[in-house]
Amino acid sequence: MIQFAPYIHIVTIFSWIAAGSLSISAAYQVDQLSILMTLIVTGVGFLIHVYSIGYMHGDKGFWRFFAYLNLFIFMMLNLVLADNFLLMFLGWEGVGLCSYLLIGFWHDKKFDTGGYKPGEATTSDAAKKAFIVNRIGDFGFLIAMFLIFKLFGSLTFEDVFSRASAVTMSGDQTMFWITLLLFLGATGKSAQIPLFVWLPDAMAGPTPVSALIHAATMVTAGVYMVARCSVLYALAPASMEIVAIIGIATAFFAATMGLVQNDIKKILAYSTISQLGYMFLGLGVGAFASGIFHVMTHAFFKALLFLGAGAVIHAIHEEQDIQNMGGLKSKMPTTYMTFFIAALAIAGIPPLSGFFSKDEILWKAFSEGSVIYFILGWITAGLTAFYMFRLVSLTFEGKERWSHDKHPHEAPKVMTVPLIILAVLSVIGGFVGIPHALGGGNAIEQWLEPVFERANLHLASGHHSSLTAEYILMILSVLVGVAGIYFARKLYLQKPEMVEKYAASFRSMHKLLWNKYFVDEVYDTTVVTPIVKGSDKLLWKGFDVGIIDGIVNGSAKLTAWVSSGMRKIQFGAVQNYAMVFVVGIIIILGILIFR
Amino acid sequence: MSRCDKERVNKNLIKSLMSNLLTYTIFLPLVGGILIFFYDRKKVTAIKVFGMAMSVLTFILSLLLYIGFDAANPGIQFQHKVLWISGLNISYNVGIDGLSLLLVMLTTFLTPIALLSSWKSIEKRVKEYTIMMLFLEVGMLGVFSALDMFLFYVFWEAMLIPMYFIIGVWGGGNRIYAAIKFFIYTMFGSLLMLVAIIWLGYYASTQPNGQFTTDLMQLYNIGPTIPVTIQSWMFLAFTLSFAIKVPLFPFHTWLPDAHVEAPTAGSVILAGVLLKMGTYGLLRFSIPLFPQATMEFMPYMASLAVIGIIYGALVSMVQTDIKKLVAYSSVSHLGFVVLGIFALTEEGIQGAIIQMVNHGLSTGALFLIVGMIYERRHTREIVEFGGLAKVMPLFSTFFMIVSLSSIGLPGLNGFVGEFLILLGSFRSPFLSQWFTIFAATGVIFAAVYLLWMYQRVIFGKITNPLNNNLLDLSKREIAVLVPVLVFIVWIGVYPNTFLKQSASTTKQIVSTLTQKPLPRLATSEQSGVSINAQVK
Repeated sequence: MIQFAPYIHIVTIFSWIAAGSLSISAAYQVDQLSILMTLIVTGVGFLIHVYSIGYMHGDKGFWRFFAYLNLFIFMMLNLVLADNFLLMFLGWEGVGLCSYLLIGFWHDKKFDTGGYKPGEATTSDAAKKAFIVNRIGDFGFLIAMFLIFKLFGSLTFEDVFSRASAVTMSGDQTMFWITLLLFLGATGKSAQIPLFVWLPDAMAGPTPVSALIHAATMVTAGVYMVARCSVLYALAPASMEIVAIIGIATAFFAATMGLVQNDIKKILAYSTISQLGYMFLGLGVGAFASGIFHVMTHAFFKALLFLGAGAVIHAIHEEQDIQNMGGLKSKMPTTYMTFFIAALAIAGIPPLSGFFSKDEILWKAFSEGSVIYFILGWITAGLTAFYMFRLVSLTFEGKERWSHDKHPHEAPKVMTVPLIILAVLSVIGGFVGIPHALGGGNAIEQWLEPVFERANLHLASGHHSSLTAEYILMILSVLVGVAGIYFARKLYLQKPEMVEKYAASFRSMHKLLWNKYFVDEVYDTTVVTPIVKGSDKLLWKGFDVGIIDGIVNGSAKLTAWVSSGMRKIQFGAVQNYAMVFVVGIIIILGILIFR
Repeated sequence: MSRCDKERVNKNLIKSLMSNLLTYTIFLPLVGGILIFFYDRKKVTAIKVFGMAMSVLTFILSLLLYIGFDAANPGIQFQHKVLWISGLNISYNVGIDGLSLLLVMLTTFLTPIALLSSWKSIEKRVKEYTIMMLFLEVGMLGVFSALDMFLFYVFWEAMLIPMYFIIGVWGGGNRIYAAIKFFIYTMFGSLLMLVAIIWLGYYASTQPNGQFTTDLMQLYNIGPTIPVTIQSWMFLAFTLSFAIKVPLFPFHTWLPDAHVEAPTAGSVILAGVLLKMGTYGLLRFSIPLFPQATMEFMPYMASLAVIGIIYGALVSMVQTDIKKLVAYSSVSHLGFVVLGIFALTEEGIQGAIIQMVNHGLSTGALFLIVGMIYERRHTREIVEFGGLAKVMPLFSTFFMIVSLSSIGLPGLNGFVGEFLILLGSFRSPFLSQWFTIFAATGVIFAAVYLLWMYQRVIFGKITNPLNNNLLDLSKREIAVLVPVLVFIVWIGVYPNTFLKQSASTTKQIVSTLTQKPLPRLATSEQSGVSINAQVK
């Protein structure tokens, strides 16, 4: 068997935890994948830091904000650069903490959850929800680590990945459970079904946070993790299938929920969930490089969309409802232009970056996966184009629907320059991944090739690889994007009265989407309430106070009752008690010694 | 006297000082406490300063122990043995090894912090209070260093008395009920232990050439020879006593009451050190003395531990009193420790030892924090608070870090212990993996109950006008919390400093347990081999 040695540079700082057979180092691994992720994190992170100087200007918590933001970058770099699972987990939980701190940054600010606790929730509710839902995922990550350690005796990536194919025996389910539990972790961090519920609420945080953490970097950690473990997934085809199914299902359902939202940031949040679904679809069909490629392009255009949304929110005094916007393009031309470019990119219009990465995933979903994946992905692409241009139309174009005591104006340079840079990246970012079919070299796939080489060995490749099919699919996906844009603009700019009519004629459907399929409510009634009520009524008041303390206090009462009878032999002279006590001890010891 | 002689005398002096260093450390607070008797009770500040000085001096002595401790040596160090009751072969016999070193350090570290934390809050009978705290320290140090069962029992019981008074005199409104409940619960357990100790000594005397003994090192050799049925009874007698102290589910109901009524310093010591006596006792006595019985009861102990982890967390979640919430969280955290111990793997036991320290630091700090808001508002009901971040930013930051440490966030101390325990129990050859899987859900619940409480106390708007003018931490309060925080971060980032101290002793415990083929296991293995042979 050929042994591949991808270029890996490992820097060991110190021994972190050593006990028994476990020995974990604080060590970092530099290879093609971690370099790419590091560049995304530091590059986009830098631009968002700059933007934040303007956005957070005058906020009381200015220094606190930047402290958290920098802590986040530190943790994120730990996550992508770690050379073992445990250090990755440190970064993994660390970014979760920063997310928690930053979602609840304005902890006393009212926050519309759109469901639970109406009217009284604050951003700290959203922060707590994010942390706890992520913890459920982390539980999977933890157990997966235990399984890995049991199987490999190590948690270091190279130890595990280099021996993965050797230790996997046919019929052994361990690898399936390892990868499935890791993926449970990924569904938490990357907001996939069933743990996506925290991300829409996470929009309670300041907008640069949504851009950096909840769009460009942290939420892609799950994608990175699955890609990092690609060889393990390649050895567990059933898990790959699950990843792909969860990915496409999330992509589709999130897109439908995004159709009807009115909060500018929530639309972008559902869009993020949906795009992350695409990435997992890519991973699930074995197109690891395409998944990572989409991580990169998505980081550019989604960060740009959020930062643009932030500029808008600032301009019209913290208004987030797109029904109260409109006609802002003349007031904020730079924001409008860059936002428009990002929307085109996410809608998959060539030659912008989103086109190449999304198309790559759709093509691989078709050629390596199944037609159903492609069809759902294709419909989702249409929905994406539609809700994005609904957003663009309602926000920037059409009539002004904001009250006239507001005087929206363009954001300062410190905010617009990052927008322009990200817009440029959203346009040209895809050129590193031009497919062979279009005469490109797919540089990014080649760059990542060594990292995924081990995994690719185990994956059967390409049942349909006809060039014609690729062209047809490409044209189809461009067409659906264009159609989505066209209908959105037509509906919201020319025939706004039709919107109500459509909503009325699909009332139950609209209600279902508006309420996000009632997922929050279902979780609340089936999981949260029973646990809280049960703990309170059954465990605490019933068992603890009722039964255990009942027995303890009961036996104390019994003793008191018995001893009230015994009282008669007690005459109250302490010396006599002491005498009896000492004599008793002497007798016992005497028996023991002189027996 | 020649110079040479002088040097020899000095050397001998240092040698004898070092060899008795442990004894000095244990009894220095006793001397301090006795000296306070001679203080005028009106000189409150002088008494406080003196008590503080003695406890700090004790800490410094224990630092010498730490420095002189040889981590590579798995055996007993700093042993000091003097025959005490010759007829019964009972001696004053103390010493420390990798199991006890960190717990001794934890005790000497937390006592001055507890004293400093009560600088303002204890106003009545300061003299008696300071004496009680110092006497308590003697008892705790004695428990962790005694190598004679009788001596251990004396310290174990002696320590109950000052704790009883600390709860009963300086406690809250329902303090008498709590103190008596605490006393009866623990007395009940320890009486059984006393019977078992006497029986063990007696059993030793029935051996060929044997005599009555309570020397632990001798009993270590004798214990495993006891027939398994009797071993089981012995194991249960010891373990019940320890389980009550831990407290292991379902023997935990004294804990919430004791904590709620105890003054802050009492809670800090109770959670920080006293509970560790239970888990320490399991490691020091129950397991090595009765190895076969240990194997027998291991699944039951692990089950109770896992139930405790989940049950403690769930009940903690629905508490309305912050202190009760933290008390129930101890049931959950100590469940982890017991699980780690009964995993009987190196990772599990080392994780358990470091987790004992972690719990002492994190939960100790949580009680300090609860005490700080109680001093300001004289209530601990969660609904009374909300929005404290506005008025007490520094306090909120400390509270956050300590909560995260208790939640087990990687990079802080709690994670190291929990991870090692879970890993150790997962790869334990004796336990099903389901123990670990259920225990790991405790990690989720910990985030729920702590963050929920934190949110209701710290975040949001200030709903209660009484909270509008609360003062942030004073310099004294910062001085109380900072040392704890230093170790919370230290153990999280570089736990090896402490893990290596317990490594060799742990290795020895595990190898004696697993390498000595136990009769029952050995036969089953042999039969396994013979079956294989037949198949061939």
